[in-house]
Amino acid sequence: MTDTLQEEPLLIAEGLSKSYGRQLGCRDVSFELYEGEAMAVVGESGSGKTTLLNLLSTQIAPTAGRVLYRMRDGVTRDLAALGEAECRLLARTDWGFVHQDPAMGLRMGVSAGANVGERLMAVGWRHYGRIRGSATNWLHRVEIDPARIDDMPVTYSGGMRQRLQVARNLVTQPRLMLMDEPTGGLDVSVQARLLDLLRGLTADLELSVVLVTHDLAVARLLSHRIMVMRDGEVIEAGLTDQVLDDPQEPYTQLLVASILPP
Amino acid sequence: MPVALELITVSKSFTMHLQGGLRLPVVEGITFSVRSGECVVLAGRSGIGKSSILKMIFGSYRCDAGQILIGDCTPRTDVATASPRRLLALRKTTIGYVSQFLRAVPRVPAIDVVAEPLLGSGCSREDSRARAADLLHRLNIPESLRSVPPATFSGGEQQRVNIARGFLPDLPVLLLDEPTASLDAENCAVVTGLIAEKKKRGTAIVAVVHDDTIRGRIADSVVDLAQFATAA
Amino acid sequence: MNAPVYNFAYLDEQTKRMIRRAILKAVAIPGYQVPFASREMPMPYGWGTGGVQVTASILGPDDVLKVIDQGSDDTTNAVSIRNFFIKTAGVRTTTSTGDATVIQTRHRIPEAALGEHQILVFQVPIPEPLRFLEPRETETRRMHALADYGLMHVKLYEDIARHGHIATTYAYPVKVDGRYVMDPSPTPKFDNPKMSNCAALQLFGAGREKRVYAIPPHTGVESLDFEDHPFERYRLDGTCAFCGANDSFLDEVITDDRGGRMFVCSDTDYCETRRSQSGAAETRAGASVPR
Repeated sequence: MTDTLQEEPLLIAEGLSKSYGRQLGCRDVSFELYEGEAMAVVGESGSGKTTLLNLLSTQIAPTAGRVLYRMRDGVTRDLAALGEAECRLLARTDWGFVHQDPAMGLRMGVSAGANVGERLMAVGWRHYGRIRGSATNWLHRVEIDPARIDDMPVTYSGGMRQRLQVARNLVTQPRLMLMDEPTGGLDVSVQARLLDLLRGLTADLELSVVLVTHDLAVARLLSHRIMVMRDGEVIEAGLTDQVLDDPQEPYTQLLVASILPP
Repeated sequence: MPVALELITVSKSFTMHLQGGLRLPVVEGITFSVRSGECVVLAGRSGIGKSSILKMIFGSYRCDAGQILIGDCTPRTDVATASPRRLLALRKTTIGYVSQFLRAVPRVPAIDVVAEPLLGSGCSREDSRARAADLLHRLNIPESLRSVPPATFSGGEQQRVNIARGFLPDLPVLLLDEPTASLDAENCAVVTGLIAEKKKRGTAIVAVVHDDTIRGRIADSVVDLAQFATAA
Repeated sequence: MNAPVYNFAYLDEQTKRMIRRAILKAVAIPGYQVPFASREMPMPYGWGTGGVQVTASILGPDDVLKVIDQGSDDTTNAVSIRNFFIKTAGVRTTTSTGDATVIQTRHRIPEAALGEHQILVFQVPIPEPLRFLEPRETETRRMHALADYGLMHVKLYEDIARHGHIATTYAYPVKVDGRYVMDPSPTPKFDNPKMSNCAALQLFGAGREKRVYAIPPHTGVESLDFEDHPFERYRLDGTCAFCGANDSFLDEVITDDRGGRMFVCSDTDYCETRRSQSGAAETRAGASVPR
């Protein structure tokens, strides 16, 4: 059996810590994420999982530690060393960020087509027909009727808005998706549909995903690896099925035992 | 034939922190090996840890001590200490697992449940589905059910979908947990036939089987876990 | 009687110096909005205070000033501002585009081509082209700094999606010298091409918003568009009722209560020049045109 694991990780967190004065956001988080891997970060409120996501997406700066990212040219760079323009470009082309509240990740005042096409226009696409064609294609892929391309997101249901947010992020074919409770607040059937979609898309597009969720079932469905956090620290990490089937730490055992049976 | 899988003094126990740190031993000192094309059946009373051993080989369970060595190239990979990334790669290329119960993703049709592992290793969607359909046909799952999510299937039907999913890709090591438990005689025969075919292709198989007859048909050797009796 | 004594062109010298410095910065960075300490002027915001402050800062005793409003020298605003400078600067004024050295304009660019010895001063209400899409000043500044103009095209995309074509007809956004996106002030898009490679210096002043920006002479200015929806220089299909021009921007003039109307050159000086050049032209009977 040949060793096919030569490639470098796509995203590396090294000793990431963030504190707000005396308030701890997260402490000493480290991991390596490779292409095509989906990692769930689970924990209850206050665990630091959202802080971690914001550190990874450079929305906030760490108090200690660093985030390293392998660019498309193969060079791994410290995100703190990138200029603002470079970061913004990365955020627009290489990364996607799906917010829990779709209104935060969409422009509610412009049409769905414009929402999906915006990133393309931001990276220099100047052909209306092609922009619209790409938008139509992506709406179709996230199971939104392309006939609604000119409708405003305010006319969309919650589930549709969330899928629109996904399409908006995927249009520039990012390699890394960061998701913050993407199914939070959705009806159960709507949630199921979105999860299926995410599952299919991340597999088809070989996306790397960091998924923050408090729902262990979502983690099991969408992720290969899992990191359990509590009070800002990583309690346990490993393969999703291993951590959930054979939890080692007391807190992990508590979380798993607390899942309501269907 | 080369040794495809070797367990060396594998031990496991559960520590139940929620029950005051109660320690439940599972297995201790498990040692055996499996060659390519060989089927080893794990035997022992219920609860002795047969399924747990399968899970440890697959990486779903941790083990406290020992080694689980896979492959024939040096150095061999030790599942017990492999990184999550390597384990994921192993599952894609080397180890298949047919669990006792199908964990069905809601809303995914049976044919896609079966085809998924093949898709993951680079096969086209049409190809994987075609091969999945063939296997489902052999396992007597009618065409009408193939586009239905298996959550509503009977236990036996679910198990057959599970088997198809596990048997479809061509992996060197295959773990089977009670593959025939919910099946009638006809389907049992199909499954034993499939196992025989896999052995001919050089697949190393570790199986947990209760039924003596089935065991007789498929086992090249039997590992009785009672010989590794755990300390009470 | 105590007649007020004004400093030349009303503003004190230190203020003019501050504004000239801002203008120099603006010229050095074409299309970039330079903040300046806009003064309280003797007319309210919204009446051209930005343009007036820029003109006041660059005017010298030998300059010849022309002031137009929507192309006309004769409207109330143009007359008021011209009188303001006559009173406070005593400079020569003219209605002839060719004779002027400084032209202050509201919402139109003169039809006649301008020369290197001339300066065109625009009155600007809202200098920020992205304002209607992104209300946060912090965010628009960042967008300009990072040349992050995708949002501008989103607006044009929406137009095409909604109307089948780019519906913006005035204040049509442009890219200056290939770098900054700029609002040309509410001039009709018909005038956009005149800004490009113009021999004159073009200065833009926004008094309420306290910004000044500039297009240096002979600088490239492109109107934003899509490859498959290129910029169109829209103009009514017709000729001027007075001078017969078919290449100038036309105003629609209502002549009676029964829907009667006629189209005349918006640029009054251009129209008169053409008429005097081709001999006396007769005005259509019954039309009352402000003189």
